[in-house]
Amino acid sequence: MRIGSARNAPASNLRVSHDKDKEVAKVKIRTFAAAAAIAALAITATGCSGGTSNSGATAGGGKTLTYWASNQGTSLDNDKEVLTPQLKKFQDETGIKVNLEVIGWNDLQTRIQTAVTSGQAPDVLNIGNTWAASLQSTGAFMPFDSAAFTAIGGKDKFVKTAMDTGGMPGQDPTSVPLYGLAYGLYYNKAMFKDAGLTPPTTWAEMVTDAKKLTTGGKYGFALAAGSYTENAHFAFINAAQNGADLFSADGKPTFTSDGVVDGISRYLDLMQTDKVVNVANAQYDNGTKAVNDFATGKVAMILNQNNADSSIVANGMKNDQYGVVAFPAPAGAKDVASHVAGINMSIFKNTKNKDAALKFVKFMTSPETQTALDKPFAALPVLAGAKAVFTDNAQEAKTFSDIYANKSKPLPLVPAEDQFESTVGKAMNQMFATIASGGTVSKADIKAALTTAQQAVEAAG
Amino acid sequence: MRETTGAKAFRIVTIAVLGIFTIVPIWVMVISGLKPLKDVQGDFTWWPSTLTIQPYIEMWQTVPLASYFVNSVIVSSVATVLSLIIAIFASYAISRYNFRGRTVFSTTVLSTQMLPGVLFLLPLFLIFVNINTNFGLQLVGTRTGLIITYLTFSLPFSIWMLAGYFDGIPRELDEAAKVDGCGPMRALLTVILPTARPGLVAVAIYSFMTSWGEVLFASVMTTDANRTLAVGLQLYSTQTNVYWNQIMAASVVVSIPIVIGFLLLQKNFVAGLTAGAVK
Amino acid sequence: MSATATTRKSGAAGKASKGGSRKPRRAGWWLPYALLAPAIIFELVIHVIPMVTGIWMSFLKLTKMFISNWGNAPVTGLRNYQIALDFNSAVGAGLLRSFLITAAFTILVVGISWGLGMAAAVALQKSFFGRGFFRTLFLIPYALPMYAGVIAWKFMLQKDNGAINHFFFDNLGLAGAKPFWLIGDNAFWSVVIVAIWRLWPFAFLMLMAGLQSIPNDVYEASAVDGAKPLRQWSAITLPMLRPVNMVLLLVMFLWTFNDFNTPFVLFGGSNPPAGDLISFHIYNASFLTWNFGSGAAMSVLLLLFLLLVSGIYLLIMNRRKDRA
Repeated sequence: MRIGSARNAPASNLRVSHDKDKEVAKVKIRTFAAAAAIAALAITATGCSGGTSNSGATAGGGKTLTYWASNQGTSLDNDKEVLTPQLKKFQDETGIKVNLEVIGWNDLQTRIQTAVTSGQAPDVLNIGNTWAASLQSTGAFMPFDSAAFTAIGGKDKFVKTAMDTGGMPGQDPTSVPLYGLAYGLYYNKAMFKDAGLTPPTTWAEMVTDAKKLTTGGKYGFALAAGSYTENAHFAFINAAQNGADLFSADGKPTFTSDGVVDGISRYLDLMQTDKVVNVANAQYDNGTKAVNDFATGKVAMILNQNNADSSIVANGMKNDQYGVVAFPAPAGAKDVASHVAGINMSIFKNTKNKDAALKFVKFMTSPETQTALDKPFAALPVLAGAKAVFTDNAQEAKTFSDIYANKSKPLPLVPAEDQFESTVGKAMNQMFATIASGGTVSKADIKAALTTAQQAVEAAG
Repeated sequence: MRETTGAKAFRIVTIAVLGIFTIVPIWVMVISGLKPLKDVQGDFTWWPSTLTIQPYIEMWQTVPLASYFVNSVIVSSVATVLSLIIAIFASYAISRYNFRGRTVFSTTVLSTQMLPGVLFLLPLFLIFVNINTNFGLQLVGTRTGLIITYLTFSLPFSIWMLAGYFDGIPRELDEAAKVDGCGPMRALLTVILPTARPGLVAVAIYSFMTSWGEVLFASVMTTDANRTLAVGLQLYSTQTNVYWNQIMAASVVVSIPIVIGFLLLQKNFVAGLTAGAVK
Repeated sequence: MSATATTRKSGAAGKASKGGSRKPRRAGWWLPYALLAPAIIFELVIHVIPMVTGIWMSFLKLTKMFISNWGNAPVTGLRNYQIALDFNSAVGAGLLRSFLITAAFTILVVGISWGLGMAAAVALQKSFFGRGFFRTLFLIPYALPMYAGVIAWKFMLQKDNGAINHFFFDNLGLAGAKPFWLIGDNAFWSVVIVAIWRLWPFAFLMLMAGLQSIPNDVYEASAVDGAKPLRQWSAITLPMLRPVNMVLLLVMFLWTFNDFNTPFVLFGGSNPPAGDLISFHIYNASFLTWNFGSGAAMSVLLLLFLLLVSGIYLLIMNRRKDRA
């Protein structure tokens, strides 16, 4: 009987008698409801300020921190294995114990929301950097003012591109960069060589190459076309190549401009008109499946962030069998190949261990820890002047570093960014689904869907 | 009584169609848990290319399934026992006493079952947090919190069903006990409960299954420390790979105890329903 | 349950005439309340207070700007309701669409599950070799933890590697391209079938229990009169099962309309519009956009709708019973 929304058996009222009791019952219900309402207010009123409890505060004198890490490695356990020695080292150095919880991406957003809502939160946590501005607007996170920056070793120790994702421009950021990521176009060297091709440098070349490689059951491309976050990222990147912005200067959504519509259309056409993407990709709801296809030689190219490396290798493809170039833009368009992707670190405002939390952030963003973590998590350095160590392949490291430093643009740093991802991303899921089931998606259709998305974002603001 | 041809045809067709409909997903679950990863990532086959029990071994490492299992067992068992005790008292009161407010109570409790879970998920979370802040009782991220949430999920149906069951037990029995000098509580314990065994079993099964399968609240209220199987099973789709064979193997493992338990007790369950709910 | 209610009524009346022995004795008047107290406390904490809080939330502008500090969330009155019910706006249109999909989903799932449950209960009514086996088999989907069953379906409904398409296209040799089941418009049918698979054994269980309480001699008597099975079913079985059906249909309606787990596990984060059931829709409206006030308003509307339907249903059922 675990059917309804996790709730059960009503079968209710049947037991209620249907006569004189009713009048009595009505009065009773009213009294009862009133009492319940008062009780509810009494309880919730005390919690209006979001509570102050903090799981880390219980253990004596700020010596224990709670840290929520996002899933960066091949499994939650793998993350624990990688992080535990570092946390141990931190404890040896400072005497501060860190309670680690690794949270999968499926849960992370909900967990952060409930933490923000209730105030029952960890001291320090990882966030996807695209959420930085959205989370900043909740006011639940500690702004890094100049004193805080001094405590963690100065703002200037970070790469500027990465630091820009810390929060809304003109305000003290509420997060600092931890791991850097960028999209690259991964290609299968053997397949390119066999077809007599060289890696593409423009959109047109990429499509031509992909068409040539789409043959004999193999496809030029695999896309995570059923993942709304991936789709939203490429809506942004393609729009940015067209020079279009998703939000106006005052934070209002401008999804319906021609640049955005054309950008999305161009991306959809990889499946729709160019037919270089298997329609089955429309149900790829995370990057994993595309990576699998690539690693097993079913497709010649994928678009992925550099942390795909570990997955590709785990799926049996060797590091020297693939190459990476920047995701090409159409000729004459802006050279944007990625958004500034990555993971940032935030401190909850109501932490009782602010000093310890700052020490921990300093430790995690120190050159030694960064070097130790960038490799297993396949991350780009967020520290100025640091060398990319996530791969032994110098060429690949150089390519990604170049994309990250020179060809990346941050996603809009506005509070409604998360809503852009969910509304536009989901609309694109549906467009891919339509194409995959044999339908067509015209520019007018795209514009209509984006108008709906824009309305939803406006209504929520 | 002879069966007509039409009735026989109807019976055979019904059983065949429903049998296939029921068994195919179960078959797929069982057989896919015995396939190597390559098999489940490629074209589907009704039989594995090689039979392997590897998924059953690896699944314990991919996610800490054992600890989720322990959590689920503890949470479900305790919630079931508590819910049963509370339901027994409440149903006894409803069935045997005619007190002011009885109707209101029954209506209110039973209509809570109509509430969409999403309406009170967040408020409940906040209340738990406030209980923690004000009384120092940690409910979020602990088994206790899950237990008290789950026990209320099955409570209304349990009360309703048990009250129906108690109603079916002749009042003369407890009257007789009272004549023998038993108080009402003694009468409940010594006369009613033993008679009501099938009803109690039915309610216990129902409560246990409710807790064992709950997903929505578990996804918000659990952390590493108290994660249940319902949420834990979703962790097999990590960033690197979707281990379908391990997911299926784990599904089989989490299903076996509850399916066996249910099937062993199904006679009681049906009897309890017949006497309580379906009168 | 009407039967129970009637029993109690007549029982109470009988007792009353005997001198009101069922009246609480003065000394122990508190006993029933004491017995109810634990149930009341838990219901208050877990259901009633959160519900009232939820209703209160629905009048607030509880977006992410205010979520960490509820005290500052401005009261917007009925604004959240206006937006949810303005079917010309994106939000209202989405809600209406989701509502209609859910209504269609519910009608199909409840109707078919009831039909299958009834067919199976009748087919297994008489004793035959293997009856016990099939009864057990049919109950397994109900006993399986919900997520395990739905995940198995999710695996089967994949386009290229799924068992369903494999069966129809590779085994049966159906022509044409393999369709998608988890995205696009087919997603609706997928979620309907999965929900039926999980729900029908419950109908079967309840109806089987109900059939067992019909005495066999009623059938025998009618068989002597020459009644055909179909006629027996409509003249005896159906009327005798009325009390069961009345509860069963209402329960199934409420569960199905509120169903969150099936779409949540089946579709995960990227639910297709065709499978956008209302609970899941509201969950996304709350958690994805951080607009908890608006989500709460939608939940309250859903609750009102369910109350209305259940109320009307019970009213009609009881009136019909009175007439009968």
